[in-house]
Amino acid sequence: MNTYRIKTPIIPEQLEELKAGDKVLLSGTIYTARDAAHKRMINALESHQSLPFDLENQIIYYCGPSPAREGLPIGSAGPTTSTRMDTYTPTLLAHGVKMLIGKGERSQVVIDSLKKNKAIYLIAIGGAGAFYANTVVSSEIVAWSDLGAEAVYKLEVKDFLCFVSEQMN
Amino acid sequence: MKEVDVNSVKQRVKEAFIDANYNLNKDVREALVDALQKETSPHGKEVLAALIENYQIAEQGTFPLCQDTGVAVIFCEIGQDIHFINGSLKEALNEAVREAYQSAFLRKSLVASPLFDRINTKDNTPAIIHYDIKPGSDLKISVMPKGGGSENMSTLVMLKPADGEQGLIDLVISHIKKIGGNPCPPIIVGIGIGGNFETCALLAKKALLTEIECKNEDPELASLEDKLKEEINQTGIGPMGLGGKNTCLKVSISTLPCHIASLPVAINIECHAHRYKTIHL
Repeated sequence: MNTYRIKTPIIPEQLEELKAGDKVLLSGTIYTARDAAHKRMINALESHQSLPFDLENQIIYYCGPSPAREGLPIGSAGPTTSTRMDTYTPTLLAHGVKMLIGKGERSQVVIDSLKKNKAIYLIAIGGAGAFYANTVVSSEIVAWSDLGAEAVYKLEVKDFLCFVSEQMN
Repeated sequence: MKEVDVNSVKQRVKEAFIDANYNLNKDVREALVDALQKETSPHGKEVLAALIENYQIAEQGTFPLCQDTGVAVIFCEIGQDIHFINGSLKEALNEAVREAYQSAFLRKSLVASPLFDRINTKDNTPAIIHYDIKPGSDLKISVMPKGGGSENMSTLVMLKPADGEQGLIDLVISHIKKIGGNPCPPIIVGIGIGGNFETCALLAKKALLTEIECKNEDPELASLEDKLKEEINQTGIGPMGLGGKNTCLKVSISTLPCHIASLPVAINIECHAHRYKTIHL
């Protein structure tokens, strides 16, 4: 297990060094999106509408945070189960998303799509919501605030801990 | 006849939900510390160390243990000599959930229509409430914020009586291998055996309301729990599915008599953020 410190914006060539099981400490911008936001992203892309944020070389974190207390950027913010997003993932990868962060295993279709698009899937520690809250420096809702916890949040994170999925070997 | 004011029930249940979401029970903390000491996989150690840090951050009262603060499950054991006064018990329990989730910055995770528009109910109600009537005048309430990720990994199978103990073991192990890292291992496995279709699932859930070190009173079931825990840990799935010795912190089995034709088995999966509190009124 090698440890890599990665800062956004992602340089695609940098991802090629990463091997299954490597530890990554990520700093910079990531976007949260889970079930409902994925459905809206796909609906927008399929009807050729532009999204309220650019997907090119971006990172999607499967997360629906708990509400922030006053003066804090976010509440608890651990990962949710990735496989529920499998249906939507190949389309997002085709639109330039380079890194996905969640928990649990992905379908073979997603793994094949990740490899084809030179993208990568990382696993964060599920149930460690308070631990991850401390890595979030700032947050703002960039799309679909009506979805509450399921809205798309743009997060600035520092030393966000995750591991390259064993499925990426 | 003992009178119990539903407003005092509301207050205590509200406090219990907040407590459960911020303060991991001592037995689960000890099980995580013990798991870290025994873990040999580098990934497993990293994950377990983060989980210990996580409960230490959460107990400071700012961030709940997990962002999925769950569906509010409530188990009431009501002495039949109790008379509830000043309103509806059910409404008081739902109000407790509403106030707890709003005041303690807990995520509201329920949608009203499961299949169609899936619009959030915005106050984490309705709670899922189970009532048992018991002799006497004691009131015991257990609250359990139950996360969706682990609940999704649960299952119910109607085995054949001929499948027997080995059939049950094969079912549990194959299921655990199938769900892998999804339910946030190290997990707690509640197993209901017997009853019928609906009681079996409830048995599995109630089996989770057992302390980690608590042994089953039935020696045959205690031995089966140990055997299952050992086999689950031998799968090597490990903490968060990243490999290691600690996939399971506890297996807990409850049984009920069942039909001569049946062998219902329910497996309710609980993540390491095993949150429940019990209060007596």
